[in-house]
Amino acid sequence: MIPTFKKFDTQFNFAFIDENTKREIRRKLLKAICIPGYQVPYSSPEMPIARGWGTGGLHVTLSVIGKDDRFKIIDQGSDASVNACNLRDFVHRVTHCRVTFDTHEATLIQTRHRIPEEQLNDGQILVFQVPQPEPLRAVERYETKTREMHGEADYARMWVSLYEAFVRYGDIMQGAGYPVMVNGRHIMSPSPIPRWDVPNLNQSDCLYLFGAGREKRLYAVPPHTDVVPLEFEDVKFRIEQFSGIRCSMSGTGGAFMDELYNDLGDFRHVINDSDFLDKLVERKTRPQQWSNKYLQEVLDEMNANTDPQP
Amino acid sequence: MTNLSDNWLLKVEGLTKIYGEPNENSVRLTGPLFGSNICPETDSIVACADINLELFPGEVLGVVGESGSGKSTVVRLLYFDLESTAGVAYFNQYGNGAINILNESSQKKRFIRNHLMGMVYQNPKDGLNFRFSSGGNIAEKLLMAGNFNVGRIRERATELLEQTEVPVRRLDDSPASFSGGMQQRVQISKAIANNPPLLFLDEVTTGLDVSVQAKVLDMIRTLQQELGIAMIVVSHDLSVIRMLTDRTIVMKNGRIVEQGLTDQILQDPQHPYTQLLVSSLL
Repeated sequence: MIPTFKKFDTQFNFAFIDENTKREIRRKLLKAICIPGYQVPYSSPEMPIARGWGTGGLHVTLSVIGKDDRFKIIDQGSDASVNACNLRDFVHRVTHCRVTFDTHEATLIQTRHRIPEEQLNDGQILVFQVPQPEPLRAVERYETKTREMHGEADYARMWVSLYEAFVRYGDIMQGAGYPVMVNGRHIMSPSPIPRWDVPNLNQSDCLYLFGAGREKRLYAVPPHTDVVPLEFEDVKFRIEQFSGIRCSMSGTGGAFMDELYNDLGDFRHVINDSDFLDKLVERKTRPQQWSNKYLQEVLDEMNANTDPQP
Repeated sequence: MTNLSDNWLLKVEGLTKIYGEPNENSVRLTGPLFGSNICPETDSIVACADINLELFPGEVLGVVGESGSGKSTVVRLLYFDLESTAGVAYFNQYGNGAINILNESSQKKRFIRNHLMGMVYQNPKDGLNFRFSSGGNIAEKLLMAGNFNVGRIRERATELLEQTEVPVRRLDDSPASFSGGMQQRVQISKAIANNPPLLFLDEVTTGLDVSVQAKVLDMIRTLQQELGIAMIVVSHDLSVIRMLTDRTIVMKNGRIVEQGLTDQILQDPQHPYTQLLVSSLL
């Protein structure tokens, strides 16, 4: 039985959006997948939440979700944040799909600002909520101009801004949303994921879909696509350094950490990805993504720094 | 003696730029004979028409004329800032000189601009991005030509600023905080960063005071002699033309009215307009 809006006493369609609009979004998604990293304009229909609060991700999720999907949603790595809980309830209510916290078990994962630590496989789709899809926005105000720049692969100004950051601060300071080159053609903003997650976009098994509801853009990174962070020959991209830091709950390192402060002003580190942390505590999983060369550098450094345990 | 006419670096034929909607008479009814470049039938503006010129490697060509004579239009067309209405241009460093560069795609045009040409505008704001440091501005040109090594970019930028006598300490300052003469020198550094065989100078010394003018001109001349860059120098100032150029084109109402060796033109002008220009300045 499909739930109804009592106020109007009308049934709404499976997954809330009507079929024609879903078809439109799926067509645009196919186009996005065909041109990795290219931003495809789409309709961005009205949703029961305001644009800019995850509507882009929700559009993609609701357009691709089927009755057999198992749905997981995280907000900054957490299954339990308000945003994640509300959107999970909403998607469950309009689709009656099974929902899960388990990254491995989920077939469709919507995310805000993180990629799960656990390796995603070829049966999974990761959907990003993107606030600002245009990586060139910082160097060019006008949309007509940025589209031209993408069209002609005219990315000199992007590079100059990285050069300027290096000159001014001694390092490329872009923390989240580090610009990446997709398939050797388009520069893409990977939504504000930390640098830690950026290497996971490269040659992955799963499909990455990006939806920016407010800006009305969709883009995608198909499986096994080259995604390379912009770096100079002598100034390299580096992921966040958590050298010597271990999670206070699970005792392990090698994952993206949160700093949690208490009232006394002390802080401890806890692994950001809640499902990954739960599994570590229950010893149901082990850290993956060992093929990540950037992570390997950090881990090598970490192992060199820690004293051997007696 | 080798045949000079086969040795050209840049060959331009019939270069035309018309604004508005011209008809078949627009070019015929404008020009120095009519004293106007506005077509009486269609009101379209013939900025320049039927420009033919050849530039040889290492040569400095002057383009002189009054305001609105189309001299800036010519270099902007050749630097792809504007799109030409008609005409062809061949550049012997690109595709063996057999390809009309004005017809290339914008990507290829950008390649030519970044690798083979440099431009110095009258207003440094046109050639520099004031939101970037002066080093960043020079880096832009180098990055566009595919140098992705920060160390080497900074080395080259330092070298260029030394060459153009900008204090190297100001490498990481924005050109917005520089004096006009310094901005112009940063612009020149940027333009020559990739050792282009061809450089366009559009009224580079206009707006600078006389002593700075002399210094900038002196520097351009030194650079030209050291690097052997071919240049097209646009100016309304005959003393600039006299100081820098070997050969000069005189333009009026969008047409070339006279061309020849600079000395010859200044000593023995043939066209009435050139005579007026020379007599009013000397």
